[in-house]
Amino acid sequence: MSAPRFGATPSRSTRNIILIVIGVLFLVPILAMIEFTLEIGQPVKGVQQYGIQHYLDVFNPANESTYDGLFQGVQNSLVIALFTVIIILVLLLPTMILIELKFPRFRKVLEFICLIPITIPTVVLVVGFIPAYRAVAQIFGSTPYTLAFAIGIICLPYAFRPIATNLAAVEVTTLSEAARSLGASWLQVMVRVILPNLRRGILSAVLLTVAVVLGEYTIASFLSQTTFQTALLLIQQTDPYAGVIFAVFALVFVFILLVLIGRVGTLRGGRAARKRVAK
Amino acid sequence: MRGAGKPSRRRSAVWLGLTPFAIYIILFLAIPAVLAVGSGFFSAAGSFTFDNFAALADPSIQADYLGTVGLSAVTAVLGAVIGALVSFALLATKPDGGLRTAIDSASSVLAQFGGVMLAFAFIVTIGTQGLITRWLVQAGLEQNIFNHSASGGTLIYTVAGLSIPYLYFQIPLMVLTFMPAMEGLKATWGEANATLGGTRFTYWTRIGFPILAPAFFGSLILLFANAFSSYATAAALISQGGIIPLDIRGYVNSEVVVGHANGAGVLALLMVVTMIIVMWLYSLLERRASRWRS
Repeated sequence: MSAPRFGATPSRSTRNIILIVIGVLFLVPILAMIEFTLEIGQPVKGVQQYGIQHYLDVFNPANESTYDGLFQGVQNSLVIALFTVIIILVLLLPTMILIELKFPRFRKVLEFICLIPITIPTVVLVVGFIPAYRAVAQIFGSTPYTLAFAIGIICLPYAFRPIATNLAAVEVTTLSEAARSLGASWLQVMVRVILPNLRRGILSAVLLTVAVVLGEYTIASFLSQTTFQTALLLIQQTDPYAGVIFAVFALVFVFILLVLIGRVGTLRGGRAARKRVAK
Repeated sequence: MRGAGKPSRRRSAVWLGLTPFAIYIILFLAIPAVLAVGSGFFSAAGSFTFDNFAALADPSIQADYLGTVGLSAVTAVLGAVIGALVSFALLATKPDGGLRTAIDSASSVLAQFGGVMLAFAFIVTIGTQGLITRWLVQAGLEQNIFNHSASGGTLIYTVAGLSIPYLYFQIPLMVLTFMPAMEGLKATWGEANATLGGTRFTYWTRIGFPILAPAFFGSLILLFANAFSSYATAAALISQGGIIPLDIRGYVNSEVVVGHANGAGVLALLMVVTMIIVMWLYSLLERRASRWRS
């Protein structure tokens, strides 16, 4: 870097020092988790043995009953994730499109509503969910899947943002008027014009929703339902290795999800990039 | 011309389209929120009362409230300063380069990484038998900060110790929220400063800090709110009270604490009032911060 620097940009060495120091600090807990799962037995004369024994144990069919609760929790969480995604796609998405097309003056109201779950902590909402779910249990029975209604609420802020960004970038009104004037029915406008233009926002919203559901602990624990997170805490008391192994898996899974979201995000710049290539 | 001539019916059909979402919001957001903060005003028998507010006079609740505010403030300030440093360092990376993308993705993962899994990560790092704790013991520090904190116990299981795992999601959240403001610093401002004979020191004191200040404090408030409303990480580490969210758990699990059956509702109201004040401050600062963007 020989060019004189005028603005805020730090020098290369300043950058490296900051990023390396903080990066290492952030790596330590991750490495500690991996180290912990690879331990075998107690250290002998201060020397720790390592191996993949605990990983084999978790997937050994002979231990199935030990990890039954955990696998049940994972399964419940996946079904809840599916239902929550349906709530987002069936309730939130059409409402956002409708407001964009027909009631743009309500845009701020919808945004306000969708951001409320950030202002009201989940642990507060849950105090209200407990009596509300007594009514829910009478209608649907006490199954973990009904948690999707409550978790859908705390997903609203995460699902709203990417769809709203996408809606703002696409001229939905112009597109739908053009399609309508060419004789398309509203169904055709929706399926062939609007939804394809929103697929990036929708995909991000869906992936974020899945990530939030898999990490959700507060609602499930207060409503005494078994989900991935509550089962994780339970198994950790009897078998800490299994708890940490699954935490590592979940971390990797969520990382992949969010990298996918990042990919989806950069694809948005695809058009501009292609234009650049065309020049 | 389908639908022409009967606009009023069409219009009401469109209104009808908003009802499913409205019903969902009323049933699962409005009603629970009202039940949560309203339950504090009712006795176990269902009559209106202010008796539950006696919970606020409880010295242990008062101490826990201060503890929650303290924990949120400390992790917000440290998280904001360290996160701002990382954002500053990121200015020297290519916006669409590999390093920036990797740190962006890692930040969004870690900002979400609250809860049970985060608690595990720190139990195996600085818990009684944690990696770092064992290293310190091997290095001759039989009693170190992690296994022998100010209160004598293992640091990670105390409210003060919570600040360490909390920082693990606060710093990435700061990077995510503060980076756009950092990127908003225009190169021309630096050139103008240099042309007028300014140094890098004057650049920061006269241009950088004043422009970034509203965004910085806005993000700091967001971090405060984030820590204040966190529950899962603390719940996985601490089995008793210590912060207000854990006291809510205590009240809910043992609903018949003599004198204040609906104490959870009072604490819920306390948290909501605090959050509303905090978010109001945020909206004030956000308005100032957005002046320099676009």
